[in-house]
Amino acid sequence: MATLVETLTSALSPLKIELSSDMPVIIVEKTRLIEAIQFLVQDSECCFTFLTDLCGIHYPDQNPPVLGVVYHLHNMVKNTRIRVKAFTPVSEPVIPSLTGLFSSANWMERETYDFFGIRFEGHPELKRLLNMDDMVDFPMRKEFMLEDPTRTDKQDAYFGR
Amino acid sequence: MPTMTESPPGVSGQGFFLTSLEKAVGLARKNSIWPLPFATSCCGIEFMATMASHYDLARFGSERPSFSPRQADLLMVMGTVAKKLGPVLKKVYEQMAEPRWVIAVGACASSGGIFDTYSVLQGIDKVIPVDVYVPGCPPRPEQIIDGLMKIQELVEKEPLGWRQSAQYKAILAQYGIE
Ligand code: SF4
Repeated sequence: MATLVETLTSALSPLKIELSSDMPVIIVEKTRLIEAIQFLVQDSECCFTFLTDLCGIHYPDQNPPVLGVVYHLHNMVKNTRIRVKAFTPVSEPVIPSLTGLFSSANWMERETYDFFGIRFEGHPELKRLLNMDDMVDFPMRKEFMLEDPTRTDKQDAYFGR
Repeated sequence: MPTMTESPPGVSGQGFFLTSLEKAVGLARKNSIWPLPFATSCCGIEFMATMASHYDLARFGSERPSFSPRQADLLMVMGTVAKKLGPVLKKVYEQMAEPRWVIAVGACASSGGIFDTYSVLQGIDKVIPVDVYVPGCPPRPEQIIDGLMKIQELVEKEPLGWRQSAQYKAILAQYGIE
C-alpha cells in the first residue's frame, strides 16, 4: 500500500490521495483524468486493468455545487482495488469519457448521463439508457422531486381532507 | 346474475328457443373470453395461480390464454408498468381486434401502487381505457376471478353496435387511439 501511494504521488502529482478504510482514493482534476487512469492501467506497479464500476454523485450544497464521477478499478493479479474521483461544477457538467480505455465504460457512462446529466466528452453514442427517451430531467440529482406529479390517487378529496 | 348454464330471457318451445340477437351474442362471448396476460411483476405470480388448476380460470370459459394480441378479447394487465413500457402496452392494445376489454389487476396497474416515482406509469388508464380495476397488492386469485366475472357481466350486457358508436369512438379518441 505504501509503495503504491509513493508510485502514485511521484507519477501523478499534484494529486490528492485519501486512505479510506477499504481502498486508496485518489481525486484528480478532470483535465488529468484520462492521463491518471491510463497510468493506473498501464503502469507495471499498478496494473488496475479492470473497471469494476463507474457512477455519478451530486453535492448540491457545496459552493459551487458539483457533480462527480467515481471510478472503481481492480487489479486482478494482486486483488487490490483503487477508487478515482473527478468533479465538475453543475453549471458545466462535462467529464472526459473512458470509452477509449475501457469498452465497458460505454453503457455505464450512458447510465450516468441518464441519471445525473453528466456529459462524457468523446463518448461514441451518449443517449439515455434506462429512462424513457422523452424524459428531460435527470432523476438522481438531489433537486429532483421524489413524488411523481402525474399521480392522481393522492388527492385530498379522496381522503375527505 | 344468471349462471353459465342458464339461458337468457326468451321464448322456448319444443325444439326451439327464441331470444334477441344481442342476448345470444352476449351469452356466447361471455363464456369464451380469451385473455391475454400482460404480467410484469408480483401480481403476475398471483395470476399464474389463478390460471393453474387450483383456481382454474378455465371454468369461466377462459381456457385458452392468448399470447398474441390479435386473437385476444381481454387484456389482463398485472403488475408494475414502467413509463418506458407504456407505449408498448398501448401498441399491444391497438393490435387487439374489437371487441376488446381491459382489466387492471393490482394497485400498480390501477394507480401506480407503492411506486410513486418518476419511472413508473401512475396507472395504465393513463395510456389505455380500462374496464375493470382489481384492488390489492397483490390481489388474491379469488379477487382476480371476481374481476374476470365483472368483465363477463360487462361482456354479456354490451349492446350490439356499441363498438361502432360515436360514444365509444370518443372514449378511444381521448387516448389518441383510432
Ligand atoms: S400491486 Fe403490489 S403485488 Fe401487484 S405488482 Fe404492484 S407491488 Fe406487486
